[in-house]
Amino acid sequence: MKYVIAVIRPHKLEEVKRALENNEIHLMTVSDVLGCGRQKGVTEIYRGVTEVDNLLRKIKIEVAVNDEYLERTINAIMKAAPEGEVGDGKIFIFDLAECIRIRTGEKGKEAIG
Amino acid sequence: MVNAADTVWMLIATALVMIMTPTLGFFYGGLVRKKNILSILMQCMVILSVISLQWILFGYSLAFGPDKGGIIGSLEWAFLSGVGLDPLPGQTIPHQLYVCFLMMFAVITPALIVGAFAERIKFSGFILFIVLWSTVVYDPMAHLVWAPAGKLAGMGALDFAGGTVIHITAGISALVFSIMIGKRKGNCSSSSPHSLPLAVLGSAFLWLGWFGFNAGSALAVKGQTVSAFLNTNTAAAAAAVAWMILDWLTHQVPTALGVITGLVAGLVAVTPAAGYVTPMAAIIIGAGGSILGFIFVSYVKKKFGYDDSLDVFGVHGVAGIWGALATGIFASKTIGGTDGLLYGNPYQLWVQFVTVIVAIAVSAIGTFILYKISDFILGMRVDARDEYIGLDLTQHHEAAYTLMD
Repeated sequence: MKYVIAVIRPHKLEEVKRALENNEIHLMTVSDVLGCGRQKGVTEIYRGVTEVDNLLRKIKIEVAVNDEYLERTINAIMKAAPEGEVGDGKIFIFDLAECIRIRTGEKGKEAIG
Repeated sequence: MVNAADTVWMLIATALVMIMTPTLGFFYGGLVRKKNILSILMQCMVILSVISLQWILFGYSLAFGPDKGGIIGSLEWAFLSGVGLDPLPGQTIPHQLYVCFLMMFAVITPALIVGAFAERIKFSGFILFIVLWSTVVYDPMAHLVWAPAGKLAGMGALDFAGGTVIHITAGISALVFSIMIGKRKGNCSSSSPHSLPLAVLGSAFLWLGWFGFNAGSALAVKGQTVSAFLNTNTAAAAAAVAWMILDWLTHQVPTALGVITGLVAGLVAVTPAAGYVTPMAAIIIGAGGSILGFIFVSYVKKKFGYDDSLDVFGVHGVAGIWGALATGIFASKTIGGTDGLLYGNPYQLWVQFVTVIVAIAVSAIGTFILYKISDFILGMRVDARDEYIGLDLTQHHEAAYTLMD
């Protein structure tokens, strides 16, 4: 089992979600996050005082998958998320030790899907 | 002769109409995504400021100055020269107060259109368009319908507080504008309202402001003022209930957004009729505006696919047209104005129909041409990247909300 974390552009969420669903990946956790990477920040001006904020809004998607689903998960994100410029985000992949469905107590493979 | 009671009431009414424009900003602002709310508020505040100046520099004179051919006023009263404190013939309030009351109407009309191009307009192009639109579309329409020498006023058109001059012109212009500027990027499910409480607050203060808008249009304290006041409240209430029931029947749930959209449609519909109809007629007018608005917002917009972001056409245009025609049906001389169809005067409905057609034609053609001009000079739409990031950060370099303190 793998745990995939993808940080993407906020407006790409709908497309990425659709791409994952088309690949039979229906379970995910999504959150609003701030992050800084190589992308330039946004300048804000308040009463003439300029503030450069290099923390940008991003969306974090977390998906737990069985090993045989990993490749298509990555492909779906790689296809739907990029704009081709700095700031498209990153994908992180972890080994997942265990997964338990709280309601039933199912573990591992059954609990993930 | 200036009457003190009339003057006090009209000062209050003017202030009530003034607050409607910023309030409209909160109503619309709550309905856009959180990256665009400041742009909406900013547009409303800037319209309030810019059109206030346009109005006293030359707008008032174009709309209400000495007549030129029944179509427009001359520039004789530009810079308010000769416009003093003595009342106009037939009025009991200082002339400058009349200027100020009508100024607030000139301000809110273009602000209504903001809902049509929300989330994708370029700020500089927006200012140019608004000033041109106010001058070329609004001022002549106000003259045609409201100036004593105006052509439509001469035909006997009834428009108590601006159903035609304000809501039809804004609604039709919004439709044309939204088609010309094109849809917002992304799918519509990603543009759900970011703060319904703000929108509800906005609608509540619109309801309050509308008392000044409609009851103030009597320009004095008299029986008609109270008729307009009661009719305004009645129509808003009937429309809110009507929309809620329709929501419940067709979408299985009554929604807050439905109720506030409905009440605005009712206020729009009763605007031209407020001082001419009975409270029972106001129920029919309000509910009718709500039902027609519901049909356009829920079905017609989907079918034709235009992106009138916040339903300016569906609510103001459609309910405005209904209200203008309904005035010709339900108007009663015992309340004010002339009799309508129900009281044996079918001609009034014809007059209302002609007025509606003129308003549609002037605003559609005017908006088409002015959009082309503004688009050519400054550009009307932000680029795709700015649209994704949001107008608050890209147009104004400010953020409404922060994730971290």
